[in-house]
Parts: sequence; C-alpha cells; structure tokens
Amino acid sequence: MRERDLIIVGGGPAGLSAAKVALESGCSVTLIERANDLGGQLVKQTHKFFGSKSEYAKTRGIDIATILIHDLEPYQDRLEILTNATVVAMYPDYVLSVYSGHDYIKFKANAIIIATGASEKFLVFENNDIPGIYGAGAIQTLMNQYGIMPGRDVVMVGSGNIGLIVSYQLIQAGVNVKAVLEAADHIGGYLVHASKLVRLGVPILTNTTVKRAHGTTKLEKVDTIQLDNHWKEIEGSEETIECDALCISVGLSPLHQLLSMAGVEMIYINELGGMIPKKDEDYETSMPHVYACGDVTGIEEASSAMVEGKIAGLMAAASLGKPHPEFDSRKEEYFHQLTNLRQGPCGIKIRKGLEQAGEMI
Amino acid sequence: MIEYYLESGEEMRIEEHPILSFKKQNQLHFTFNGRPMIGIEGDTIAAALHDNGIMHYSNSLKSHRPRGFYCAIGNCGSCNMKVNGVENIKTCMTLLAEGMVVESELDEVTIDA
Ligand SMILES: Cc1cc2nc3c(=O)[nH]c(=O)nc-3n(C[C@H](O)[C@H](O)[C@H](O)COP(=O)(O)OP(=O)(O)OC[C@H]3O[C@@H](n4cnc5c(N)ncnc54)[C@H](O)[C@@H]3O)c2cc1C
Ligand code: FES
Repeated sequence: MRERDLIIVGGGPAGLSAAKVALESGCSVTLIERANDLGGQLVKQTHKFFGSKSEYAKTRGIDIATILIHDLEPYQDRLEILTNATVVAMYPDYVLSVYSGHDYIKFKANAIIIATGASEKFLVFENNDIPGIYGAGAIQTLMNQYGIMPGRDVVMVGSGNIGLIVSYQLIQAGVNVKAVLEAADHIGGYLVHASKLVRLGVPILTNTTVKRAHGTTKLEKVDTIQLDNHWKEIEGSEETIECDALCISVGLSPLHQLLSMAGVEMIYINELGGMIPKKDEDYETSMPHVYACGDVTGIEEASSAMVEGKIAGLMAAASLGKPHPEFDSRKEEYFHQLTNLRQGPCGIKIRKGLEQAGEMI
Repeated sequence: MIEYYLESGEEMRIEEHPILSFKKQNQLHFTFNGRPMIGIEGDTIAAALHDNGIMHYSNSLKSHRPRGFYCAIGNCGSCNMKVNGVENIKTCMTLLAEGMVVESELDEVTIDA
C-alpha cells in the first residue's frame, strides 16, 4: 500500500487546476491519469475556446493544456504524476486500486479529488454497432492526436457545439462531411460555428435523425428520417446517405463510477448529463475529504471545469490542514468566476440542473 | 523475408492541416492476426490498425456482431484485443511498439445468452 496526502484522479483541465492550487497551498499531490498524456479533452481541441478571458478564451484547447501542465513545473518536488494508470476502484476506506503496466497498485490517501470527466452518450437505432460508427470524441482523438482520418465521407449526428466543431475539424483534416443531422427543430450550438459549415456547403438537416445503418463488417450507408415537432417519425421521409463513418455527438454523461462505488451519495440530474455526486458548498461530497470537480459533477465546459478544479484544490488543501495563504480572497474570486460563467442564456440548462441538485449558484 | 503492407499503411494519414503538423516519426512493424503491418511511433495500436484499413476490432459478447472502436479513450472496451499474448488490452489506449503481436479475440470471449 502506497500512502499519500492528496490524490487527484484525472489529468484534464479540472484535475490539473486542482493540482496547481493544492500545490500552491503546500500539499503533496499525486495525480493519476489513465491516458498517455495529461490534458484530458483539451489535447484534441484545435479550435479557439469560448468562455471567459481568465480561463483562456480565444486560446486553442491544445495550447491551454500545455499552459496548465507547464504551471505545475515549479512544484516537481511535491508532485508525483502517474500516466498510463487507471484508477479501477475506490473504496470507503480511501483506498484506490490503480491498474498500470499490467499490475494493480494500491494507494491510500488522506484526501481525494475526483476529476474523471465524462463519457459519450450513445444513440439507439438499427445496426448502431457496425464498425465505422464512432463517438465524436473518438473521431477527434484519431484525427487531432494521431493525425489519422476516421473515414472519407462522414455523417454527423447532433448539431450541438461539439457536433459543429468536430464537423469543421473534419473538413480541416480533408474529410468530406456529407450532412449534420439534428433531431430538434433548431441548431443546438452557437450560430458562429454553424454558419462556418453552411458557408462550406455542409447541409444541416434539422428535424432529422438517423433511422438505421447498413453494412456488416463496416459501415456503407445510413438511412435518415424526418421527425415532426413531437419527435415522431414522418412516414415516407426516409433518405439514404452513403458514408464510411457516422459520428455520434449527442451529449456526454459524467464518469461517476468511482464515486458511486465508494458509496458517495449520488443524484440523477438530466440537465447535467446523468448521475452526479451530491456536494456541499465547499465541493466536498458526502464522503469527508473526497471532492469532485469538472464534468464528473455535471457536464459544462472547460472554463468551468478549471474554476471548479481550483475550488476543489483549495478546499481539499484546507481540509488537510494546509489552507492556501490567500484562502479567503481566492475562494471569493473562484465562486464569483463560476457565477459569471454560468450567466446568460447558455447557462440556463446548467443553472436549472444545479438548482435541482440543491447547489448554490 | 516478410513483406509489409506499406501502401495501405499510409492511407488514412492526414497530409496537410491548417493548424496541426504531424511529424513523420519512425516506422514500427507489428502483426495483426499474423499479417505484417506498419504503424508510426506515437500511434496507439487502434490508430495504427485504422490506418491499415482495419475496422473490425472485436465481436459483441452476446450476439457476436462485429464491432469497431467507439470511444478511443478507454471507456467502452470495444477495442479490446490480445496483445503479445495478454488478453483484453484496450488497443485505443496502448501505444504501438516495435514487433508487437496483435490478435483480435473475436469469439474467444463470450457471454452465453
Ligand atoms: C469537441 C469538444 C469541444 C469543446 N469545446 C469547448 C470550448 O470551446 N470551450 C469550453 O470551455 N469547453 C469545451 N469543451 C468541453 C471541455 O473539453 C470539457 O468540459 C472539459 O474537458 C472537462 O474537463 P474535465 O477535467 O472535467 O474532464 P476531461 O477533460 O474529460 O478530463 C478527465 C480526465 O480524467 C481521466 N480519467 C477518467 N477516468 C479515469 C480513471 N478511472 N483513472 C485515471 N484517469 C481517469 C481521463 O482520461 C481524462 O484525461 C469541448 C469538448 C469537446 C469534446
Ligand atoms: S474504443 Fe472504447 S475503450 Fe477503446
């Protein structure tokens, strides 16, 4: 058993931000990440971010990841980073089981921050398991991290920001985007992203979804169908599009499994993507000294994940008897930033979800 | 001498990109179900297979239908294969190495309905 002060699970924007503030506070930190590189979802985002200036708006996601990792450099003596290491279990006695290099290693921590992010939702339709049907994140990973095209002709399902951005990135990579399908009667994401696609001649078909896929060992074509405003299929409206990849971008749900397994009190909130941990105003879950931040506490975006990470780092350090030298002013600043990020029409869904979860906004 | 599938190994690589640049790294040789293939240093096994035109990664446990990879970040398990004799390796998370022996498990792993 390896005993540690503070363990952070997940090296995305939330986990990296939490690490920085906890290190500034004087804690020793062990950061565990299952991927080969730190950065979480940021490492495949080539577009410039929206959000607030203090959270690097107008900077490309990949560059934000580099900044966050670089920020940890001064603390090498108190920071242990494990990559290629997956936390596969978390127990009520603060023991974590980590799978790394074909071995299971046990860790025990005084405090734990869970920042595991999210996984992609799936869609039900006929033959939805044919090879060639991928999540939007998978397509981004393949294309932007490894430089490999997912296919030649792609159909995108979902016109939220992720669907729109990934469609644009596909075109940048030289892939033909045949259409973007959207079941609702309007485009889900920002119009700036949608108009870029429309200018490039990509049809965005609202009131339309995928009905079935064709192919056996690989995707050959998909049938689309139109929906009325009650999401009922309109008979006779089927059309076929030939494609070798179908990209599913219909939202994310929190990777809550470790928290659920440890017995942390959970709550289902549709607006936030699914099961999330209940937490108090100090970001502590129902298990003392266990904190959660980022997409795992509800799907939002990188900017809020970073601020939540800072809050979790601040609070976890204080709970270990190492309050940050500027604890009070930092706390006020971070909560103020969060409130700002969640304002306006784009934050409606998030505010509604947080209200249901009984959290202050 | 083993003949490598050089041409197919370059098929899906992005040649030009307005933002990203992909450095030409060293080539790595591996086999998939006995077939010699070539990938590039820094590739995951799944990425290298995709570039070699392989899309069928596993079979579903119950109805044994072909599956490709789905998430590419280690969440779903649909890319599991036997690598150097070790079963159930997530090929989307494992970096390719010279001389790797990669085999699909297909119907070796099964849940009976
Ligand atoms: C296409 C796309 C475009 C986006 N555009 C924007 C944008 O413009 N602006 C914006 O603000 N946001 C944007 N986002 C959202 C943003 O990327 C996410 O909200 C943000 O990355 C969430 O941060 P996180 O740290 O909570 O999770 P993640 O970034 O998902 O990081 C979680 C990390 O935890 C690791 N992990 C998970 N489970 C384990 C385990 N058991 N053991 C060890 N490690 C584990 C994962 O490998 C991952 O590295 C976009 C997202 C996508 C997909
Ligand atoms: S594709 Fe999902 S785990 Fe590899």
